[in-house]
Amino acid sequence: MATTKPRLSSFSRNLSAVSSSQTPGVKCGPNGTMFVSSGIADLDRSLVMVMEDAEAPHHMLLLRNFMSQGLVHGQPLLYASPSKDPRGFLGTLPSPASLKHDKSRDRESEQEKGLRIAWQYKKYMGENQPNFDSHRDNKQDYCNEFDLRKPLERHYFTRQRVNCVGIQDSKNLAALQEHCASFLAQHQRNDGSCALAGRIAIQSLCAPQCEHSNMDWEMLSFIKSLKGMVRSSNAVVVITFPPSLLSLSSTKRWQHMADTLLSVAAIPDEDKELAKLLSGYQDMVGLLNVHKVARLNTQVPFILEATTFSIKLQKRRFLVLECLNQAPVDGSSGSSYGTSGSCSGSSKAGTLDF
Amino acid sequence: MENQNLNLLDRALGLDGPSEPWPLSGRVVLIEDCVETSGSFVLHQLVKRSLSPTSSNVIIFVAFANPFSHYDRILRKLGCNLVTQRDNKRFIFFDMLMLRCPDEGKSSEGGLVLLYEKILKTICGLPGDKKDYVTIMIDDISLVEVAANGGSDYVLDFLHYCHALTSEFDCSLITLNHEDIYSSMERPTLILQMEYLADILIKAEPLSTGLATDVHGQLTVLNKGTSHRLGRSGNKIHNFHYKVKENTVEYFYPGSRV
Repeated sequence: MATTKPRLSSFSRNLSAVSSSQTPGVKCGPNGTMFVSSGIADLDRSLVMVMEDAEAPHHMLLLRNFMSQGLVHGQPLLYASPSKDPRGFLGTLPSPASLKHDKSRDRESEQEKGLRIAWQYKKYMGENQPNFDSHRDNKQDYCNEFDLRKPLERHYFTRQRVNCVGIQDSKNLAALQEHCASFLAQHQRNDGSCALAGRIAIQSLCAPQCEHSNMDWEMLSFIKSLKGMVRSSNAVVVITFPPSLLSLSSTKRWQHMADTLLSVAAIPDEDKELAKLLSGYQDMVGLLNVHKVARLNTQVPFILEATTFSIKLQKRRFLVLECLNQAPVDGSSGSSYGTSGSCSGSSKAGTLDF
Repeated sequence: MENQNLNLLDRALGLDGPSEPWPLSGRVVLIEDCVETSGSFVLHQLVKRSLSPTSSNVIIFVAFANPFSHYDRILRKLGCNLVTQRDNKRFIFFDMLMLRCPDEGKSSEGGLVLLYEKILKTICGLPGDKKDYVTIMIDDISLVEVAANGGSDYVLDFLHYCHALTSEFDCSLITLNHEDIYSSMERPTLILQMEYLADILIKAEPLSTGLATDVHGQLTVLNKGTSHRLGRSGNKIHNFHYKVKENTVEYFYPGSRV
């Protein structure tokens, strides 16, 4: 995710390159931007929850990136959905972005060395990685950019790698829990070893078409069990849910359960006030808020510089998150900006480090 | 305890007096927090204080939220080795992460009855000189409700039984719960009863200005019936800010930091 460094003057641009990283997880990007990994030092063994917005399906963008990234890197995936045909969703997963799309990529790849990738799955890439896919001639470089207009090649969807589970017709969550348990058992952590990581993506867990959607305690119990299982595995779980369908109290319980808690929100079209407030407004499709960041084995809270990011589709193909600066500005800093989008150069805005 | 090691929270809890008898003996402490500000660091500090070399306390830690390794790593950075304390039978860890009632023939009520019996049996099984120095910690109560499949009445019964142990054995009972879960309820019986029973209420909240890198939140400590050295007692409310670090927590009054 890109964050804009505070400026002292509206005339400053292209801040001089700062040495990449006094701060772990931060690297210098083009146009004075500082790229911050999601800040999550290690998302393995954690539960990420995304609160959906009923007015816009932006959580699906995040889910698609998450799933594609896992498949492209040979990581097994368990996908659960309330739709009638969960496997059909795989056809909408994006393909890795072409290397040609960004000429500065070569320069950036050098800078990437300092970047601590959020999912930390880069460490799993290597000679020991089992080759599930005989179609691949070359080892896949770590990829976190995806082209939403280009579907992922079908050879990634082999049944050995992707398990799709429909949750609409199940009377309760026992079957899903069983699926998750067997999936995670295959990726149990072994001290000293680095077993292949797995990903679980559960879409719209409390969707009204599911029979379990009015079983508050059953859903909570499922999430608690899943969280307990994932702590002893080498996997990461992403669950999306529409909080508007839960009571306030239940929503708070779900929020407390999450290790990392995000929410997405729609941006109204043609809102003149917002257009004045946010530069690049016309390119924004929504907002992403980071409410809580996983802190396993530590008591120190992670305080992000910015917790709200704009969701943009660069060239209508590439999902990009950009930090929104918070208003009001601190007069003592000399900054003359109010809230702004990434004035520092959205044309080469940061990629989604997810 | 050495006075130079004491912080504002220690003083608010009355830990600035003699360590014998343990100032929290027979007392119920409730830690409340919310999504924005976790109160777990208070629990960790109380674990460290309870297991200080100058005290004789034994902790029965009932963990619904995190595995042993999580607390071990955190307390190590705070200067307390839970593995050693566990081996020395001063830190008894009940891993309840996967407890689910009803399950395996246990009803919601049955599961919590068994848990209480296990706690009682553990206390009774301690050597005579340790029985009077037990601290029961529960992390956290909202997950006890989930484990009990929403049976809040059973959870309340369980807490009442644990509360009875504070007078029977002079135990301390320290629990953590998420206040924001109950604030929207019309009748938040569980949290109200817990607050009523508590001798000390510690609340972690964000500042009105939100979170910042140098101030992580504010603590409000209500100590009902504090006992001073001179024997006086009274309710005291303390409020201060805090910043959580790996190896310590800094507490300070608003505006006192340079």
